[in-house]
Amino acid sequence: MNAPALKDLLFKLADDQLVLGHRNSEWTGLGPILEEDIAFSSMAQDKIGHSLAFYTLLHEELGEQDPDTLAFTRPATEFHNSQLVELPNGEYDFSLIRHFLYDNAEIIRFESLSQSSYTPVAKVATKLKGEIKYHVLHANTWLTNLGSSTEEAILRLQSSLNELLPYALGMFEQSKYEAELIADGIYSGEEAIKTEWLKRIKNVLAKTDLQLPDPDTTAPVLGGRYGTHTPHLQALIDEMSEVFKCDPGAEW
Amino acid sequence: MYGGGNIFEATVFDDLQAEDPVKLAEFEARIARGEKIEPDDWMPNLYRVQLIRMIEQHAHSEIIGALPEGSWITRAPGFRRKLALMAKVQDEVGHAQLLYSAAETLGKSREQMLTDLINGKSKYSNVFNYPTYTWADACTISWLIDAGAIVNQVANSKGSYGPYCRALERICTEEAFHLKYGHDSMVYLATGTEVQRKMAQEAINRWWGPIMSFFGPPDNVSVHTETLMRWKVKIASNDECRQQFLDMYVPKIWELGLTIPDDKLRKDEATGKWVYTEPDWEEFTRVINGDGPCNAERLAVRRRAEERGAWVRQALLNPKARYVRPLA
Repeated sequence: MNAPALKDLLFKLADDQLVLGHRNSEWTGLGPILEEDIAFSSMAQDKIGHSLAFYTLLHEELGEQDPDTLAFTRPATEFHNSQLVELPNGEYDFSLIRHFLYDNAEIIRFESLSQSSYTPVAKVATKLKGEIKYHVLHANTWLTNLGSSTEEAILRLQSSLNELLPYALGMFEQSKYEAELIADGIYSGEEAIKTEWLKRIKNVLAKTDLQLPDPDTTAPVLGGRYGTHTPHLQALIDEMSEVFKCDPGAEW
Repeated sequence: MYGGGNIFEATVFDDLQAEDPVKLAEFEARIARGEKIEPDDWMPNLYRVQLIRMIEQHAHSEIIGALPEGSWITRAPGFRRKLALMAKVQDEVGHAQLLYSAAETLGKSREQMLTDLINGKSKYSNVFNYPTYTWADACTISWLIDAGAIVNQVANSKGSYGPYCRALERICTEEAFHLKYGHDSMVYLATGTEVQRKMAQEAINRWWGPIMSFFGPPDNVSVHTETLMRWKVKIASNDECRQQFLDMYVPKIWELGLTIPDDKLRKDEATGKWVYTEPDWEEFTRVINGDGPCNAERLAVRRRAEERGAWVRQALLNPKARYVRPLA
């Protein structure tokens, strides 16, 4: 078992889910319609639950600290999430496009991990991918509905798509253990996930009036997987840990 | 959460003389027999108006109430609290969805109700015009405001209007979990470190006034109130709900080693009733009429959410679709 490679992979998964779950939860009470408010809140709960499952693996299987300590006390430079998930929610079009780009990749990642040679991860991924299926269904349904509706909706979504594609491509930034993880059958690797992702999102976008900017000529925003982040992430962590850190040693 | 302390008195008493006396008698007989009134049944206009007002206020309280607690989701300490609080506040928004649908059965659209909310025309529970300074404030809401709401809602679920009763039954089931969550989170604070205990006590001190006035001022004994009680729109009086709350929760607060900021508070063994310092009803009236610490902020946030989401609702509109009033 290649512990450093596995840890790198699990932190990436856990941190992505935690940070996006946190962002999704910020829609609580503020959605464009009540039903969307509730949907984003549901997805937030799932994602935070997924992050907890991966932090638990890191703790129980790989000797890292307990999940609360991992989530609430690390500085941003130790987070391995992609920069895509840490960006502030913006308007609903921005959140919807991010949700679409992210979850369509996440489902492929989980499908791949459910076949992993590392059994603890395979078990968790198998259990959780059923939930992500609904996140994808939600994203694709809304994108299809809004993506061919009013001129304003199409303009907004297109503008968010243009802005977010470079960040979304950053999700596939390879880790330094990439070759080993693939060789050991831990998962299929970022390049394979990206290829499948592009195929799937193009299929959905084809049903709308939106145009995907050319991914081959779009420079990805990299660095997240190695601890380089926008200032938004540290601000998010500071807010998240405000109570947790106010009385070290307290049980809440 | 979060219904409670409904304001009925502001409505002008319709002239029941204008109603068909035969139908009115039949309607009252049905209620007296314990039957539920359903959306397409005949009902006097006053009944319809008062129910819309009450259910609408309750629905608004759910979405406005989600704001002070919701702002602690991103700050909840640890996974256990974070996940629980997210689920709890989501429930509250879900309750709003149920309640708006129940009110819609009486002929007012959700869009119209939300417009009246952000224009300040319709009310919501007064407690949400107070700020949540600390995590303990959020825990106090989850425990004691939800507890108060349950007292109120269990009473109202015995009312006469079918769709509202059915919505309340579902709501109360979920509220029971909120209460457990809220109590558990306060137990940890009250039995925790010095910082935590202080935080808990300060929150109780801050929230005791709003909690006591949550149930509304003592009911006026008027023809109006009598009619609403006969029609089972109003089930229990505000004072009855307040007494029931005190009976159930004062011992639990004391049990945690917390004090209540009211020197006069005690149970009179002779009457079985709680004696307490009368809440500041002038403040209550002032706050409910818009001049509270957070009224402007709460409505501004809600207004902004409506404005920001307008393009989404516009994009979803199908020009061929016709509005259909839900029936349950």
